[in-house]
Amino acid sequence: MFDTLSDRLTSALAGLRGKGRLSDADIDATAREIRIALLEADVALPVVRQFVAQIKERAKGSEVSGALNPAQQVIKIVNEELIGILGGATRRLELAKVPPTVIMLAGLQGSGKTTLAGKLALWLRSQGHTPLLVAADLQRPNAVTQLQIVGQQAGVQVYAPEPGNGVGDPVDVSRRGVAEARARHYDIVVVDTAGRLGIDAEMMRQAVDIRDAVRPNEILFVIDAMIGQDAVSTSEAFRDGVGFSGVVLTKLDGDARGGAALSVRQVTGAPILFASNGERLEDFDVFHPDRMASRILGMGDLLTLIEQAEQAFDAEQAEQTAAKIGSGDLTLEDFLEQMLAIRKMGPIANLLGMLPGAAGMKEQLAQVDDKQLDRLQAIIRGMTPAERADPKIINASRRQRIARGSGVAVSEVNQLVERFFEARKMMQQMAGRFGFGAGPGRRGRKARKGGKKGKGRGPTPPRTPRALPGGLPAGLPGGLPSGMPDLSELSGLDQLPPGFDPSKLRFPKK
Amino acid sequence: MRLRGRLAKSRSAFGQSLLGLLGAGDLDEDSWTDVEDTLLLADLGAATTTEIVDRLRAELAARAVRTAEQARAALRDVLIEALRPELDRAVRALPHNGADGVSVPGVVLIAGVNGTGKTTTTGKLARVLVADGRRVLLGAADTFRAAAVEQLSTWGERAGAEVVRGAEGADPASVAFDAVKRGSVDGVDTVLIDTAGRLHTKTGLMDELGKVKRVISKQTEVDEVLLVLDATTGQNGIMQARVFREVVDITGIVLTKLDGTAKGGIVFHVQRELGVPVKLVGLGEGVDDLAPFEPAAFVDALLD
Repeated sequence: MFDTLSDRLTSALAGLRGKGRLSDADIDATAREIRIALLEADVALPVVRQFVAQIKERAKGSEVSGALNPAQQVIKIVNEELIGILGGATRRLELAKVPPTVIMLAGLQGSGKTTLAGKLALWLRSQGHTPLLVAADLQRPNAVTQLQIVGQQAGVQVYAPEPGNGVGDPVDVSRRGVAEARARHYDIVVVDTAGRLGIDAEMMRQAVDIRDAVRPNEILFVIDAMIGQDAVSTSEAFRDGVGFSGVVLTKLDGDARGGAALSVRQVTGAPILFASNGERLEDFDVFHPDRMASRILGMGDLLTLIEQAEQAFDAEQAEQTAAKIGSGDLTLEDFLEQMLAIRKMGPIANLLGMLPGAAGMKEQLAQVDDKQLDRLQAIIRGMTPAERADPKIINASRRQRIARGSGVAVSEVNQLVERFFEARKMMQQMAGRFGFGAGPGRRGRKARKGGKKGKGRGPTPPRTPRALPGGLPAGLPGGLPSGMPDLSELSGLDQLPPGFDPSKLRFPKK
Repeated sequence: MRLRGRLAKSRSAFGQSLLGLLGAGDLDEDSWTDVEDTLLLADLGAATTTEIVDRLRAELAARAVRTAEQARAALRDVLIEALRPELDRAVRALPHNGADGVSVPGVVLIAGVNGTGKTTTTGKLARVLVADGRRVLLGAADTFRAAAVEQLSTWGERAGAEVVRGAEGADPASVAFDAVKRGSVDGVDTVLIDTAGRLHTKTGLMDELGKVKRVISKQTEVDEVLLVLDATTGQNGIMQARVFREVVDITGIVLTKLDGTAKGGIVFHVQRELGVPVKLVGLGEGVDDLAPFEPAAFVDALLD
């Protein structure tokens, strides 16, 4: 069973390299695989049809390039088309010229409207707005209480004059909510409405009444990323029923591919504005079409990873480290720096989760504990500069002192020191094997020249799905604390030891 | 049939389209596409659809089908067959004699990802049991989501069942433990434990769920673990079911929100791969909108 479209295509098109042109048979084989992959990703059937036809059209007669194999080339086309549909440019919230801006939330039951209201409020607040939440879901038992609690967590006011549980008129509450915002100078009103089915005419009429009462600047259609083929009927029903100006995708922290995003966008034309991806109120972001495209295809969120890595990674430091690795002079100080650089990119598990193929190792990922890194950090910080520079001098009594100072057992200090030596040895060997300049390393050097002006502009790692994406600085290998997953078992990470990617290292010119 | 009546509201072209027959035992290309589309649009997924279509091909040939009517009947049979009507779909929620011969309440644990309708299902299930003359106790082990406990309490009042609750943020396992304990002492017939929604990808939360079940098991066996699956869920449903089964060994599935346009075809895959039967279906927000799952009615609704 192929997990990703890239795997499927690679196998379907094996042996095609070198042909001058994609033949019709190749394209048909490819189209079949794309169709299945999109269906497995829950993209709606009519959208799949249209999409596949488009891909076929574009792929026909396109030259097979020297750099990419046919599979990669098709993936590139697919990726571009996906991004094209998913929204091209991301749109911002439409704000009213005269405040308050009114945002109305609508969607099926259980799509996550109330939680989203809290997240949106917190996000708006961080953007310098003063939002007011209006509790107009008077249907579901205790939806009002829930909104009050999330409002409190987000630190925003909640307007909830009616207790809910079937008591009160949501249209009236919404109208009064906007009046309240105007009177008290809130600049944005978020109206949380009850969940409703597209085919429930009565509830749809209620939504229309709320809309007409508050005349919202934005109506956001909230949809669960896990939804299947029903995405089309539902989004059409909401579009025709109450209408919406934008879409919010929720529960993206699951492992659903989220093909619904594509379906809704294609069917209704409304842009996806936000994505919500976690239990905490902060887990909310503007929508990135390019990232969603690679998620649907199962290529991992390379872009995010690259971006984050580039932000956190200091090119000059890396250069020095690389030189040291080559000469075997790596110290614990460098080791610590590398570790901190990784930490800056966010929780390790999230980071690894973005790698292609990582979907299959959720369990191991869950075992990756950032606390372990913190402990390592504490141990290294408990050493004197001399000890860090030359770990060989760390004898038994020093080890005991370090253990006491950092609050760990002596065995942990022993482990760290031993692993460090192992790692250093391994890196030295590797540096020899790769000759530092051959293979991927060359790419790193080239990129460095190009990116000289803007500091921090890293190289673009190879886009082939098999390659280890750049971004993980050296220093982690071998030093992984026990309990960390054995990354070398990952598919696609063969050859290179965990976390070590020569293409990311920038070597000094010789 | 109730399920069918509800679902008749949703539309599908398949019922109207006439299957074109190519002689005896085969369909024309358009008709095959038609069949395939119907299945794909019902969320059966690419793999299951291919399988059903293959089986239908064999069946059509074997029966030497001559009319569109017969072809449709064959498809219906193949689909019903794929839903394994022989599976035991009874919900084990009634009191029984424990190991020491003393009667213990039936314990039902309700789990699922966020927003599938766990609390609503718990409330409806309580209502059904109470209407049947049973004494029911609800355990509000969803201590995470804001106001979830209140939501269940409201359901408890409606259904006429008492609710055992912990503070917000309390350990759900302890709430569940207390509920079962209280149920045993009070001699109720059934204890229903509502848990917090959790995405199957969150290992920490899944561990927590495992703990809830383990802790209850210290007193009495958990008779039924129901996974609440939303009918709108697409191919991700199988991932959910796999992980939940691994963690708490689910014994049945409740398919909710079948009153919308979604067909819930993912259960074909779930049942076939895991062998866990769909036991109940949710058909709306009303207190009485919970019904036993019937393969034939489900298939009719799917093909309607």
